[in-house]
Amino acid sequence: MDKNISFKLKVWRQAGPKEKGNFETYEMQDIPGDTSFLEMLDILNEQLVDKGEEPIVFDHDCREGICGMCSLYVNGHPHGPATGATTCQLYMRRFNDGDTITVEPWRSAAFPVIKDLMVDRNAFDKIQQAGGYISFNCGGAQDANAIPISKVDADEAMDAAACIGCGACVAACKNGSAMLFVSAKVSQFAVLPQGKIEAVKRVKAMVRKMDELGFGNCTNTGACAAECPKNISLNNIARLNREFICAKFKD
Amino acid sequence: MWLSKSSVGRKVVMSVTGLFLILFVTFHVLMNAVAIISPSGYNAVCHFLGANWYALAGTLVLAAGFVIHIILSIIITLQNKKARGNDAYDVNKRPKNVEWASQNMLALGIIVVCFIVVHLIQFWYRMQWQELNGTEFGEINPANGVAFLDLAFSQWYTLVIYLIGFAALWFHMTHGFWSAFQSLGTNNNTWMPRLRCTATIWATIVCILFAVEGVVFTLRANCPECKAAQECVNANCGDAEPCTTVENCNAECK
Ligand code: SF4
Ligand code: FES
Repeated sequence: MDKNISFKLKVWRQAGPKEKGNFETYEMQDIPGDTSFLEMLDILNEQLVDKGEEPIVFDHDCREGICGMCSLYVNGHPHGPATGATTCQLYMRRFNDGDTITVEPWRSAAFPVIKDLMVDRNAFDKIQQAGGYISFNCGGAQDANAIPISKVDADEAMDAAACIGCGACVAACKNGSAMLFVSAKVSQFAVLPQGKIEAVKRVKAMVRKMDELGFGNCTNTGACAAECPKNISLNNIARLNREFICAKFKD
Repeated sequence: MWLSKSSVGRKVVMSVTGLFLILFVTFHVLMNAVAIISPSGYNAVCHFLGANWYALAGTLVLAAGFVIHIILSIIITLQNKKARGNDAYDVNKRPKNVEWASQNMLALGIIVVCFIVVHLIQFWYRMQWQELNGTEFGEINPANGVAFLDLAFSQWYTLVIYLIGFAALWFHMTHGFWSAFQSLGTNNNTWMPRLRCTATIWATIVCILFAVEGVVFTLRANCPECKAAQECVNANCGDAEPCTTVENCNAECK
């Protein structure tokens, strides 16, 4: 059985996008170690509501690490100190009795704060709309094995497709760069025959959109891959660069 | 132009100029080694790299490489600052596997540039520039590289500045080397560890060699016997090309 812990929570509160934010400190008592981080915030919110105060706004949905909605910069790491896991899968047993836990929103110009810990990640949708898809005519689905694909390529594409679009890579990056996300979305198609057909158009459109939305220039610090909850590899960024440079040379 | 307009293109330019500068630095450290092995050979190199058209063309290309690399780095950093936004994290930790150098490339670059300015004043201005102008610095033949080494390294602070510059260069190069290949798209999971390892080895060899050379030059410049020998060379050669070497000078003087 996990022990119960008591700790101080330092949370970023911001009333609205244009409002000035500040940290509020809350004392948390006797939280069981098997409480997830988001459940812990639920407990705090219930207490706040009981006291007639505004609950803390934060993003979440599936709470099982697959949707990419949860965010939070916990103690200097996006998705908290655990690696390869989202905030919804972060458990309080990772923390110690008497700790001060600092919770901040993603901070990046392209992800403005909506309220408290919730940020606007629409920029990612716009990049996806620019080319992160394969066009096909509807109709009866083809047999899955009609086009042979090597295991290596299938694995590479699958690993890239694991990206849940959470934005932790941008949050972790000192340059506010979205390269890891974009490279995952380009790579999941670029290595597959079905994706190759629109590869040139796709990579140019997505990089253009990414630059247009004000994401920074990648300087290969690797903080994104180190903090990514889905362990997306830097390999994909090299592939994105390669695809883009080749596409430009083809022009 | 996609090379300046897109983020990926800008990084391509940074990579190409960066790799070019790594090659230059490597050439430079080997050239310095000549000064240890054979001072007369070194003066021959200095003569070769004087105010000739090929040396000047090389200098211009090199200067362009530096200028593009530096200006673009400043532009990129400003853009990245803006992309990052105004609110800084209250608590922000550097994840494991993230090199310290990679997050401080601009600061390291600035230290290297400061060092280069001192270095240019101590050598390039006294040598190629004077030769271009048809003048001489302190009545020393511009091609007499060894004399300029003694002049610069007889000051204790020279070595200190140089060692700081080499340390910054080491950090800058360890990240810059593999990062260049990553930005050019010529990297993958197999090559990543190989490139990182090569980067460390290459930067270490270059910077240690530079440091050793600096120490040797300082020792030489501050030993009275060597000084006498150098003065002897200067006296024997006068305004002409350095004809005598430090080794055989004493013999000739006697
Ligand atoms: S690459 Fe990783 S950190 Fe970035 S959006 Fe995808 S899952 Fe999140
Ligand atoms: S809430 Fe869906 S990934 Fe965390």
